[in-house]
Amino acid sequence: MITAGRIVRLAERDRAQVQFVLDGQICQALAGDTVLTAMLAAGHALRSSEFGPEPRAGFCLMGACQDCWIWQEKGPRLRACSTPLAEGMRLCTTAPESWP
Amino acid sequence: MHDGAGELAVSEISPQRIVIVGAGPAGIRAAATLVEAGLHPVVIDEAHRAGGQIYRRPPDGFVRTPEQLYGSEAAKARALHGLFDRLVEDGRLTYCASSSVVAMHDGQLHVLGEGGMQEIFYDSLILATGASDRVAPVPGWQNAGVYSLGAAQIAFKAQGVALGRRIVLVGSGPLLTLVGAQLVKAGADVAAVLDTSSWRQQMRGLSGFAARPVLALRGLALRARLGRRYHAGVTLERIEADEQGVASLRWRDASGRQRLTPCDMVGMGWHLRAETHLADLAGCAFFYDEQWQQWLPKTDEMGRAGNGIYLAGDGVRLLGADGAEVAGRLAAAACLADLGYQATSAGADLRKLARLERFARGLARAFPWPAAMVRTLPGDAIVCRCENVTAAAVREGAHCGGGEANRVKSLSRVGMGRCQGRYCQLAAVELVAAQAGCSPDAVGRFRGQAPVRPAPVGAFLGEG
Repeated sequence: MITAGRIVRLAERDRAQVQFVLDGQICQALAGDTVLTAMLAAGHALRSSEFGPEPRAGFCLMGACQDCWIWQEKGPRLRACSTPLAEGMRLCTTAPESWP
Repeated sequence: MHDGAGELAVSEISPQRIVIVGAGPAGIRAAATLVEAGLHPVVIDEAHRAGGQIYRRPPDGFVRTPEQLYGSEAAKARALHGLFDRLVEDGRLTYCASSSVVAMHDGQLHVLGEGGMQEIFYDSLILATGASDRVAPVPGWQNAGVYSLGAAQIAFKAQGVALGRRIVLVGSGPLLTLVGAQLVKAGADVAAVLDTSSWRQQMRGLSGFAARPVLALRGLALRARLGRRYHAGVTLERIEADEQGVASLRWRDASGRQRLTPCDMVGMGWHLRAETHLADLAGCAFFYDEQWQQWLPKTDEMGRAGNGIYLAGDGVRLLGADGAEVAGRLAAAACLADLGYQATSAGADLRKLARLERFARGLARAFPWPAAMVRTLPGDAIVCRCENVTAAAVREGAHCGGGEANRVKSLSRVGMGRCQGRYCQLAAVELVAAQAGCSPDAVGRFRGQAPVRPAPVGAFLGEG
């Protein structure tokens, strides 16, 4: 099943739907998705690079490379590959305005 | 929990506090061996559920069976998962899931978990930290849509997804073939599987492969499933990207012909790199292993590294999951013997490990690190993905600072990013060695620094 974003769902497609907010837009994901899976089902990148022009979408998916740290509208940043998505999460691909 | 209120009350159960870091095949077998001897170990694991990477379990609510997830290795996965879950349920060990050891000193681990930072003391420490993909820079690999081969496998196993609509896998080693075959079987669009090792090079591993003929044949059968997608002896030139990420891969086939394969995902890996940051912080000695072409911690044949530190699994010797189970048992047996417990005979396990080692060394010969490709990287190629440090900057660092890894690190910032050099160290050292005209061994390795995982400052201040 091709998504609106980067990933293709090959298996485990009969899970409950979960809603979250990405850059102010309501998006759908599946229960059991990581934040990384949910964001890349909705788009092509997780964040932009601080050191270059290119967008980033994670790299190792095992918590080692630290490429997938993203922002929440409120609260601490999180590592998308190792954080389970929770209903109603409010996530951003860019730093919120309150970020110093 | 930093005030000690949450400090684990394990000392009342076991006379000695033994902490195991990692709950993959090595950590699980080590834990079970200690429990059999009547001890109550503490197991610290970064995952939500025990199993490690190769036997990683999907979240609750996923329905694929172990046979679907782990194929020929399903029985081993079931056995390990079942064993560990029983030990947890019966209260025979303390399991700290979703927890990372970020620092250690004086017999004390700093552990960052969901509840914040916690200090855990140990008398003996068994490190079973596993391995991650050994990656080499390909120009353009900083773009969105480039992943490690391990990432492609985790995405499929633990999430049921492919990380792109049209996939190219590159590198060398058993995981290249395995991930390719798994994705093809699952219905993903795999455009090409490109091996930088030539057929002739792969034949050099043959003597080692005779040590595990069934496994070698299984590898060939998987390779056959890839059909015409598989190419040996390729040269990787550049990953091209548009504003959304990866768009195509430029490469040359074994006969030198230029090829361009459109794709939106590239998975890469050249076999494995031992995860050694904690062994480094624990003060273990290291040596450069010419065959594995990386630095590995020194231990005796049982996994003793000295001072109550024991190492097991792919974090010390890259023998794969079967070897990790054996090494986990051996490390725990060594630990028990050193604590004065009746020693069990290790002879059979040591012989098994020797056979696995012959096979693994065959793999290392057949699927080598692509040193020549790294040495000839164009200057604009990114070496450090964390901070976009280029090959030219690393060469300049070596030119100004000489052929020593840590001087080049401070001059160019290569290896200073938030992955702590895990994914750039080997390439950076290769570039420095080429510039300085010496061997990677002589260049040395980046010193490990705490925290080995990013941690919020608040966690250290006790606000976590």
